Amino acid sequence: MSQYVYPRFNYVCSPEQKSGTTRRHPIVVIGAGPIGLTAALDLAARGQPVVVLDDNDTVSVGSRAVCYAKRPLEIWDRLGCAAPMVEKGVSWNIGKVFFRDQLSYQFDLLPEPGHKWPAMINLQQYYLEEILVAACRNNPLIDLRWKHRLLSLHQSDECAQLAVETPDGIFTMEAQWVIACDGANSDTRRMVGAEFKGQFFHDRFLIADVRMKADFPTERWFWFDPPFHPGQSVLLHRQADNIWRIDFQLGWDADPDEEKKPERVIPRIKAMLGEGTAFELEWVSIYQFACRRIDNFRHGRVLFAGDAAHQVSPFGARGANTGVQDIDNLAWKLALVLRGEAPVALIDSYHDERAYAADDNILNSTRATDFITPKTRVSRHFRDAALDLAQHHGFARPLVNSGRLSTPTPYVTSPLNTPDTASFTGSMTPGTNAADAPVGVGGKLGWFLDCLGPGFTVVTFGAVDRASVVVDGIEARIIVVGRDIEDSKGLLAHRYGASAGTTYLFRPDQYVTARWTRFDEAAIAQAIRRACGRAVAKRQELAA
Amino acid sequence: MSLILTPNIADPDDFYAELIGAQRDLSEEESMRVNARLVLLLANHVGDRAVLSEAIRLARSPAG
Repeated sequence: MSQYVYPRFNYVCSPEQKSGTTRRHPIVVIGAGPIGLTAALDLAARGQPVVVLDDNDTVSVGSRAVCYAKRPLEIWDRLGCAAPMVEKGVSWNIGKVFFRDQLSYQFDLLPEPGHKWPAMINLQQYYLEEILVAACRNNPLIDLRWKHRLLSLHQSDECAQLAVETPDGIFTMEAQWVIACDGANSDTRRMVGAEFKGQFFHDRFLIADVRMKADFPTERWFWFDPPFHPGQSVLLHRQADNIWRIDFQLGWDADPDEEKKPERVIPRIKAMLGEGTAFELEWVSIYQFACRRIDNFRHGRVLFAGDAAHQVSPFGARGANTGVQDIDNLAWKLALVLRGEAPVALIDSYHDERAYAADDNILNSTRATDFITPKTRVSRHFRDAALDLAQHHGFARPLVNSGRLSTPTPYVTSPLNTPDTASFTGSMTPGTNAADAPVGVGGKLGWFLDCLGPGFTVVTFGAVDRASVVVDGIEARIIVVGRDIEDSKGLLAHRYGASAGTTYLFRPDQYVTARWTRFDEAAIAQAIRRACGRAVAKRQELAA
Repeated sequence: MSLILTPNIADPDDFYAELIGAQRDLSEEESMRVNARLVLLLANHVGDRAVLSEAIRLARSPAG
C-alpha cells in the first residue's frame, strides 16, 4: 500500500565477532532510532568513537513521531542535519479547532521572527531517520551495526558486558558506557531491573498516513466530537510528499485488529474528508499510550534516553523532541568524563536535569490528554463549555488544549547552575537554553547559536581583550559582542536583557549556566567548575 | 487582592432568582453545561490565580 520504499541497510559481521576477541568500547548505543542516531552523532562530534547496535536493518515503519520542534532542529543543526530535514518537511502556521459540526476558532502561530529555524516541521519519521543514518555513515567515528540484538547485559565496576546476537551467532562486547535508546518497550531497561512507573490511559488511537490526490490546505485541523466520529477526537496534519497524517481516537472498547482493516479505516476517512476527496491509504497502525518514566536515567554505566526513559501521550509532540534533548544534555557530559576533564558525578546531573524535564513533559501531556479525553461527566461538561465559549469569545481559547507545542524545559533547579547575584531583565535565567538571534559575523549575516562553540562559551557585552579563559584544562572561548560578532539589530541584547558589561556563560549544550553584570574571570572559573560537577568553594555557597 | 467573603452583591434576592431562573426548563445535563460556562466566564473575569485557588478550595470545603 505504501509508495515509500524502505531502505535495507547491510548487515556486516564485525571483526571482533569474526576473530572472537572481546573489545572494550567507550560508548555503545542500543537502538538506531532518532534518539540513538542523534546520540552517535553528538558524541562523534565531541570526538568519541561510538558503536550503535540495532536489531533491525531499516528505518521506522510509518510516519510515527511526525512533528519536530525548533530546539531539536537547533540540536540537529549543530550536528549538520537540520537543513535537509527542513527542506523535506513541511511547516504550518494555521490551525483550526472544530467542535461538533462547527469551526470553534482558528489560530495563526505567527512564529517570532529572528530565529534560524521554524517553530516546528512535520516530517515522516522514516525520512528523518534516513537523514540521520546518512550523516552517521559519513562519520568515521560511528560504527552502525544492523541486525545486532542485545541479549543480556552485566555490569562490573569497570564496564558493562554485552551479549549480542547477529545472523552469525552470539558474541560478547564490553562498553565503558551504554546509552539505551531502545524505545518504550526497552529490553535494556528490563535487563538492569529499572522501574518504569506512571499512568496508563484507557484509550486507543488509530493512526493513518493518507496520500491526497488533490490540493488540500496545509493546516492543522483538530476536531472534538465531530459528526463523522461522534464522542471522540480527530487530528489531521500534513507531512512531506502530499501525505496527511490522521489520528482517530477510538476509545478503550475498540478492537485494534478490526479497526486496522482497510474496510474499516477507509469509510472513516471518507466520512471525514467528504466523498469527493480522492486519497490512498499509505499506512495504518493502532496505539495506546501511557505517561511514565524510569526511576533513574542512570543505572551504573547504563544511561537511558528517549522513550526508553520516559513515555508521554502524543499530544504536543513531546516524545522524539524530548528524547533528542536528552542526548543534547548527556553527550557533552559523557565526553568530558571520558576525557577525564570532569568527575563521574557530572553524569548524575543528567538524571537531575532530564528527569525534571520528563516530569514537566508528562505533566503537560497529561493535561492535554485530560482535556481531549475527559474522564468524568463533569469534566466533559467543562471541556464542552470551554469549546462553546471559544467559538464566540477569545478568553476561552487559551483554555482549549489540543496539545501544547513542546518547548524546552528550563533546568531551573539544576545543581550545575550558578544562581544570579544581580537582577536581570529578560527570561534567560541560568538553566535556560540559549535564544537564537541574527548577528553579524565578519560582515555577513549569521546566527548567534552558530557562534557558540562545542565547549563552554563566554559571551560578553563588555570590553575584554582576551580570546579565552582556561579552567582545570577546560578552555572556554570568549565572544565579545562588538568585537567578534555584531548585534546590529539589537535583538541579541534585547533577548538577553543585556547592557554594557553583561556577561553570560553557556554550557556545551548551549544552555545558560551563569550570568553577571560584568566580566569577572574568577566568577567564570567558579561557574565552569560548578557546571562540570566539581565542588565549588564553600564560602560562596554560604554567602548565596 | 484576596477573595471577597463579605456581602458584595447589591440585590442578593434578585441575583439569586436570576441564577435559578437561568436553569429553568433545562435538563440536568444542560444545566450542568450552563453552570460550567458560568464558572469559566466568572473565573476569567476574576483572573487572579490566588483568588481562584481560594475560591476552589472554599467551594470544596466551605468551612475553610
